[in-house]
Amino acid sequence: MKIIVNGDAREVKEPTLDAALEELGFGNRVVATALNGEFVSASARPSTSLEHGDRLEVLAPMQGG
Amino acid sequence: MRTFYGVALSSRLMLGTARFPSPAILQQAIRVAATEVATVSLRRESGGDRSGQAFWSIIRDLGVRVLPNTAGCRSVKEAVTTAHMAREVFGTKWIKLEVIGEDDTLQPDVFALVEAARVLTADGFEVFPYTTEDLVVAGKLVDAGCQVLMPWGSPIGSGRGLNNVFGLKALRAHFPGVPLVIDAGIGVPSHAAHAMELGFDAVLINTAIARARDPIGMAEAFSAAVEAGMMAHAAGPMEPRDMAEPSTPVIGKALLT
Repeated sequence: MKIIVNGDAREVKEPTLDAALEELGFGNRVVATALNGEFVSASARPSTSLEHGDRLEVLAPMQGG
Repeated sequence: MRTFYGVALSSRLMLGTARFPSPAILQQAIRVAATEVATVSLRRESGGDRSGQAFWSIIRDLGVRVLPNTAGCRSVKEAVTTAHMAREVFGTKWIKLEVIGEDDTLQPDVFALVEAARVLTADGFEVFPYTTEDLVVAGKLVDAGCQVLMPWGSPIGSGRGLNNVFGLKALRAHFPGVPLVIDAGIGVPSHAAHAMELGFDAVLINTAIARARDPIGMAEAFSAAVEAGMMAHAAGPMEPRDMAEPSTPVIGKALLT
Protein backbone atom coordinates (compact mmCIF):
# COMPACT_ATOMS: atom_id res chain seq x y z
CA MET A 1 0.00 0.00 0.00
CA LYS A 2 1.08 3.60 -0.51
CA ILE A 3 1.50 5.80 2.56
CA ILE A 4 3.08 9.23 3.11
CA VAL A 5 6.21 9.01 5.29
CA ASN A 6 7.60 12.36 6.46
CA GLY A 7 5.97 14.03 3.47
CA ASP A 8 7.16 11.52 0.84
CA ALA A 9 5.02 8.82 -0.81
CA ARG A 10 6.36 5.35 0.08
CA GLU A 11 5.23 1.84 -0.77
CA VAL A 12 5.04 -0.53 2.21
CA LYS A 13 4.02 -4.19 2.42
CA GLU A 14 3.75 -4.60 6.18
CA PRO A 15 0.26 -4.01 7.61
CA THR A 16 1.22 -2.79 11.10
CA LEU A 17 3.20 0.26 12.18
CA ASP A 18 6.00 -1.56 14.01
CA ALA A 19 6.68 -3.88 11.06
CA ALA A 20 6.42 -1.02 8.55
CA LEU A 21 9.05 0.94 10.52
CA GLU A 22 11.41 -2.04 10.19
CA GLU A 23 10.66 -2.23 6.49
CA LEU A 24 11.38 1.51 6.07
CA GLY A 25 14.78 1.17 7.75
CA PHE A 26 13.91 2.55 11.20
CA GLY A 27 14.48 -0.70 13.08
CA ASN A 28 16.30 -0.17 16.43
CA ARG A 29 16.17 3.59 15.99
CA VAL A 30 15.16 6.00 18.72
CA VAL A 31 12.15 7.57 17.00
CA ALA A 32 8.67 8.78 17.87
CA THR A 33 5.72 8.27 15.58
CA ALA A 34 2.50 10.04 14.74
CA LEU A 35 -0.13 8.67 12.38
CA ASN A 36 -2.47 11.13 10.68
CA GLY A 37 -1.49 13.77 13.22
CA GLU A 38 -2.05 11.61 16.30
CA PHE A 39 0.78 10.39 18.54
CA VAL A 40 1.28 6.61 18.47
CA SER A 41 3.39 5.36 21.38
CA ALA A 42 6.02 2.67 20.81
CA SER A 43 3.92 0.19 22.77
CA ALA A 44 0.89 0.83 20.53
CA ARG A 45 2.75 0.34 17.25
CA PRO A 46 2.24 -3.45 16.95
CA SER A 47 -1.52 -3.03 17.28
CA THR A 48 -1.71 -0.02 14.93
CA SER A 49 -2.80 -0.97 11.41
CA LEU A 50 -1.82 1.07 8.39
CA GLU A 51 -4.19 2.00 5.62
CA HIS A 52 -3.65 3.27 2.11
CA GLY A 53 -3.02 7.05 2.17
CA ASP A 54 -2.06 7.24 5.86
CA ARG A 55 0.28 10.07 6.82
CA LEU A 56 3.11 8.83 9.01
CA GLU A 57 5.56 11.11 10.80
CA VAL A 58 8.78 9.55 12.11
CA LEU A 59 10.74 11.97 14.29
CA ALA A 60 14.22 11.60 15.75
CA PRO A 61 16.29 13.61 18.27
CA MET A 62 17.73 16.77 16.79
CA GLN A 63 19.56 19.90 17.93
CA GLY A 64 17.23 22.55 19.31
CA GLY A 65 17.21 25.91 21.05
CA MET B 1 17.27 26.87 47.35
CA ARG B 2 15.51 27.52 44.04
CA THR B 3 14.53 24.34 42.21
CA PHE B 4 13.11 23.68 38.76
CA TYR B 5 10.32 21.15 39.25
CA GLY B 6 12.22 19.87 42.28
CA VAL B 7 15.60 19.79 40.54
CA ALA B 8 18.35 21.96 42.03
CA LEU B 9 20.82 23.28 39.44
CA SER B 10 24.21 24.63 40.39
CA SER B 11 24.78 26.07 36.90
CA ARG B 12 22.11 28.58 35.91
CA LEU B 13 23.24 28.65 32.30
CA MET B 14 20.98 26.48 30.16
CA LEU B 15 22.26 25.84 26.68
CA GLY B 16 20.50 25.37 23.36
CA THR B 17 22.22 22.79 21.17
CA ALA B 18 21.40 24.15 17.69
CA ARG B 19 23.59 26.02 15.21
CA PHE B 20 26.98 24.93 16.58
CA PRO B 21 29.75 24.51 13.97
CA SER B 22 30.22 20.85 14.94
CA PRO B 23 29.10 18.29 17.54
CA ALA B 24 32.61 18.37 19.05
CA ILE B 25 32.38 22.13 19.67
CA LEU B 26 28.92 21.70 21.21
CA GLN B 27 30.33 19.03 23.54
CA GLN B 28 33.21 21.26 24.64
CA ALA B 29 30.94 24.28 25.10
CA ILE B 30 28.68 22.26 27.43
CA ARG B 31 31.72 21.06 29.37
CA VAL B 32 33.46 24.42 29.84
CA ALA B 33 30.21 26.12 30.85
CA ALA B 34 29.41 23.24 33.25
CA THR B 35 25.88 23.40 31.83
CA GLU B 36 23.45 20.95 33.41
CA VAL B 37 20.45 21.54 31.12
CA ALA B 38 20.52 21.38 27.31
CA THR B 39 17.55 21.92 25.03
CA VAL B 40 16.83 19.44 22.26
CA SER B 41 14.23 18.99 19.57
CA LEU B 42 12.58 16.44 17.29
CA ARG B 43 12.70 16.49 13.53
CA ARG B 44 11.96 14.17 10.63
CA GLU B 45 14.59 11.54 9.91
CA SER B 46 14.77 9.30 6.85
CA GLY B 47 15.53 5.60 7.00
CA GLY B 48 19.06 6.10 5.66
CA ASP B 49 19.97 9.11 7.77
CA ARG B 50 21.40 8.50 11.24
CA SER B 51 22.36 12.06 12.24
CA GLY B 52 19.65 12.27 14.87
CA GLN B 53 20.78 9.03 16.47
CA ALA B 54 24.40 10.26 16.54
CA PHE B 55 23.33 13.56 18.11
CA TRP B 56 21.31 11.77 20.79
CA SER B 57 24.23 9.55 21.65
CA ILE B 58 26.49 12.62 22.17
CA ILE B 59 23.96 14.28 24.47
CA ARG B 60 23.45 11.10 26.49
CA ASP B 61 27.20 10.71 26.94
CA LEU B 62 27.46 14.24 28.34
CA GLY B 63 25.06 13.31 31.15
CA VAL B 64 23.15 16.61 30.99
CA ARG B 65 19.45 16.89 31.74
CA VAL B 66 17.56 17.44 28.48
CA LEU B 67 14.79 19.95 27.99
CA PRO B 68 12.96 19.04 24.75
CA ASN B 69 11.20 21.87 22.97
CA THR B 70 8.15 22.18 20.75
CA ALA B 71 9.91 24.70 18.48
CA GLY B 72 8.03 25.67 15.36
CA CYS B 73 4.62 24.50 16.62
CA ARG B 74 1.81 26.90 15.84
CA SER B 75 -1.24 25.28 17.40
CA VAL B 76 -2.27 23.61 20.66
CA LYS B 77 -2.67 20.25 18.92
CA GLU B 78 0.71 20.39 17.21
CA ALA B 79 2.48 21.36 20.44
CA VAL B 80 0.70 18.73 22.53
CA THR B 81 1.42 15.96 20.01
CA THR B 82 5.08 17.02 19.76
CA ALA B 83 5.36 17.04 23.56
CA HIS B 84 4.06 13.46 23.73
CA MET B 85 6.55 12.36 21.09
CA ALA B 86 9.39 14.12 22.94
CA ARG B 87 8.46 12.54 26.27
CA GLU B 88 8.72 9.09 24.76
CA VAL B 89 11.98 9.67 22.86
CA PHE B 90 13.85 11.63 25.54
CA GLY B 91 12.35 9.92 28.59
CA THR B 92 11.60 13.15 30.47
CA LYS B 93 8.47 14.92 31.71
CA TRP B 94 10.15 18.28 31.07
CA ILE B 95 8.94 20.17 28.02
CA LYS B 96 9.88 23.64 26.82
CA LEU B 97 6.55 24.67 25.42
CA GLU B 98 6.70 26.97 22.42
CA VAL B 99 3.62 27.92 20.45
CA ILE B 100 4.64 30.52 17.89
CA GLY B 101 2.10 33.14 16.91
CA GLU B 102 3.97 35.64 14.75
CA ASP B 103 6.68 35.13 12.14
CA ASP B 104 8.74 38.33 12.32
CA THR B 105 9.24 38.29 16.08
CA LEU B 106 8.60 34.57 16.78
CA GLN B 107 6.39 35.91 19.54
CA PRO B 108 4.44 33.21 21.38
CA ASP B 109 0.71 32.83 20.79
CA VAL B 110 -0.02 33.27 24.48
CA PHE B 111 -3.66 32.14 24.21
CA ALA B 112 -2.69 28.82 22.67
CA LEU B 113 0.27 28.61 25.05
CA VAL B 114 -1.95 28.77 28.14
CA GLU B 115 -4.33 26.17 26.69
CA ALA B 116 -1.49 23.80 25.73
CA ALA B 117 0.12 24.26 29.17
CA ARG B 118 -3.18 23.27 30.82
CA VAL B 119 -3.54 20.14 28.66
CA LEU B 120 0.07 19.04 29.19
CA THR B 121 0.15 19.70 32.94
CA ALA B 122 -3.01 17.62 33.34
CA ASP B 123 -1.20 14.87 31.45
CA GLY B 124 1.74 14.83 33.87
CA PHE B 125 4.18 17.04 31.98
CA GLU B 126 6.41 19.58 33.73
CA VAL B 127 6.00 22.57 31.48
CA PHE B 128 8.55 25.35 30.86
CA PRO B 129 6.45 27.80 28.81
CA TYR B 130 8.21 30.23 26.46
CA THR B 131 6.22 33.38 27.11
CA THR B 132 6.42 37.18 27.11
CA GLU B 133 6.78 39.42 30.17
CA ASP B 134 2.98 39.93 30.28
CA LEU B 135 1.86 39.65 33.91
CA VAL B 136 -1.67 38.45 33.16
CA VAL B 137 -0.43 35.68 30.87
CA ALA B 138 2.16 34.69 33.48
CA GLY B 139 -0.61 34.43 36.09
CA LYS B 140 -2.70 32.24 33.79
CA LEU B 141 0.28 29.98 33.10
CA VAL B 142 0.85 29.56 36.82
CA ASP B 143 -2.88 28.82 37.26
CA ALA B 144 -2.55 26.23 34.47
CA GLY B 145 0.05 24.43 36.59
CA CYS B 146 3.36 25.82 35.31
CA GLN B 147 5.94 25.93 38.12
CA VAL B 148 8.60 27.62 35.96
CA LEU B 149 8.19 30.47 33.45
CA MET B 150 10.48 31.33 30.54
CA PRO B 151 9.93 34.95 29.51
CA TRP B 152 11.73 36.25 26.44
CA GLY B 153 14.45 38.88 26.73
CA SER B 154 13.85 39.89 23.11
CA PRO B 155 12.95 37.99 19.90
CA ILE B 156 14.61 34.59 19.39
CA GLY B 157 18.02 34.87 17.75
CA SER B 158 17.98 38.71 17.74
CA GLY B 159 20.73 39.21 20.34
CA ARG B 160 19.08 42.42 21.51
CA GLY B 161 19.27 41.59 25.21
CA LEU B 162 16.52 42.62 27.63
CA ASN B 163 14.10 44.65 25.52
CA ASN B 164 11.68 45.58 28.29
CA VAL B 165 13.58 45.83 31.56
CA PHE B 166 10.65 47.52 33.28
CA GLY B 167 8.30 44.67 32.31
CA LEU B 168 10.78 41.99 33.32
CA LYS B 169 11.37 43.65 36.70
CA ALA B 170 7.62 43.79 37.24
CA LEU B 171 7.35 40.10 36.36
CA ARG B 172 10.11 39.24 38.83
CA ALA B 173 8.42 41.29 41.54
CA HIS B 174 4.95 39.79 40.92
CA PHE B 175 6.08 36.18 41.00
CA PRO B 176 8.76 35.99 43.70
CA GLY B 177 8.11 32.28 44.29
CA VAL B 178 8.24 31.14 40.66
CA PRO B 179 11.57 30.22 39.02
CA LEU B 180 11.99 32.54 36.01
CA VAL B 181 14.35 31.72 33.14
CA ILE B 182 15.17 34.34 30.51
CA ASP B 183 14.78 32.54 27.21
CA ALA B 184 15.61 34.16 23.87
CA GLY B 185 17.29 37.34 22.75
CA ILE B 186 20.42 37.31 24.91
CA GLY B 187 23.33 38.44 22.70
CA VAL B 188 26.38 38.98 24.91
CA PRO B 189 27.42 37.94 28.43
CA SER B 190 26.56 41.36 29.89
CA HIS B 191 22.89 40.75 28.92
CA ALA B 192 22.97 37.49 30.88
CA ALA B 193 24.62 39.16 33.86
CA HIS B 194 21.94 41.88 33.74
CA ALA B 195 19.16 39.27 33.83
CA MET B 196 20.73 37.56 36.82
CA GLU B 197 21.31 40.89 38.60
CA LEU B 198 17.56 41.56 38.26
CA GLY B 199 16.92 38.33 40.14
CA PHE B 200 16.10 35.95 37.31
CA ASP B 201 16.96 32.38 38.18
CA ALA B 202 18.61 31.21 34.96
CA VAL B 203 19.18 32.10 31.33
CA LEU B 204 18.85 29.93 28.25
CA ILE B 205 21.39 30.75 25.55
CA ASN B 206 21.80 29.27 22.09
CA THR B 207 22.70 31.50 19.15
CA ALA B 208 24.92 33.89 21.15
CA ILE B 209 27.24 31.01 21.98
CA ALA B 210 26.81 28.78 18.93
CA ARG B 211 27.37 31.59 16.43
CA ALA B 212 30.26 33.29 18.24
CA ARG B 213 33.63 33.21 16.46
CA ASP B 214 34.85 30.97 19.30
CA PRO B 215 31.82 29.21 20.80
CA ILE B 216 33.86 27.50 23.51
CA GLY B 217 35.40 30.76 24.68
CA MET B 218 31.97 32.40 24.58
CA ALA B 219 30.44 29.57 26.62
CA GLU B 220 33.06 30.19 29.29
CA ALA B 221 32.39 33.95 29.19
CA PHE B 222 28.62 33.40 29.59
CA SER B 223 29.21 31.01 32.44
CA ALA B 224 31.28 33.63 34.30
CA ALA B 225 28.70 36.35 33.55
CA VAL B 226 25.81 34.27 34.89
CA GLU B 227 27.79 33.52 38.01
CA ALA B 228 28.74 37.20 38.48
CA GLY B 229 25.14 38.35 37.99
CA MET B 230 23.85 35.82 40.47
CA MET B 231 26.44 36.86 43.07
CA ALA B 232 25.60 40.53 42.48
CA HIS B 233 21.88 39.91 43.01
CA ALA B 234 22.60 38.08 46.26
CA ALA B 235 24.83 40.96 47.37
CA GLY B 236 22.07 43.57 46.80
CA PRO B 237 22.88 46.07 44.00
CA MET B 238 22.61 49.81 44.78
CA GLU B 239 19.66 51.80 43.46
CA PRO B 240 20.52 54.10 40.52
CA ARG B 241 20.09 57.87 41.06
CA ASP B 242 19.47 60.72 38.64
CA MET B 243 22.00 63.10 40.24
CA ALA B 244 25.65 62.74 41.20
CA GLU B 245 26.58 62.09 44.81
CA PRO B 246 30.22 62.45 45.89
CA SER B 247 31.67 59.19 47.08
CA THR B 248 34.52 60.89 48.96
CA PRO B 249 33.26 62.58 52.18
CA VAL B 250 32.76 66.35 51.83
CA ILE B 251 33.08 67.02 55.60
CA GLY B 252 36.66 67.83 56.51
CA LYS B 253 37.65 69.00 53.05
CA ALA B 254 40.41 71.65 53.23
CA LEU B 255 39.67 75.21 52.16
CA LEU B 256 42.48 75.95 49.70
CA THR B 257 41.18 78.89 47.70
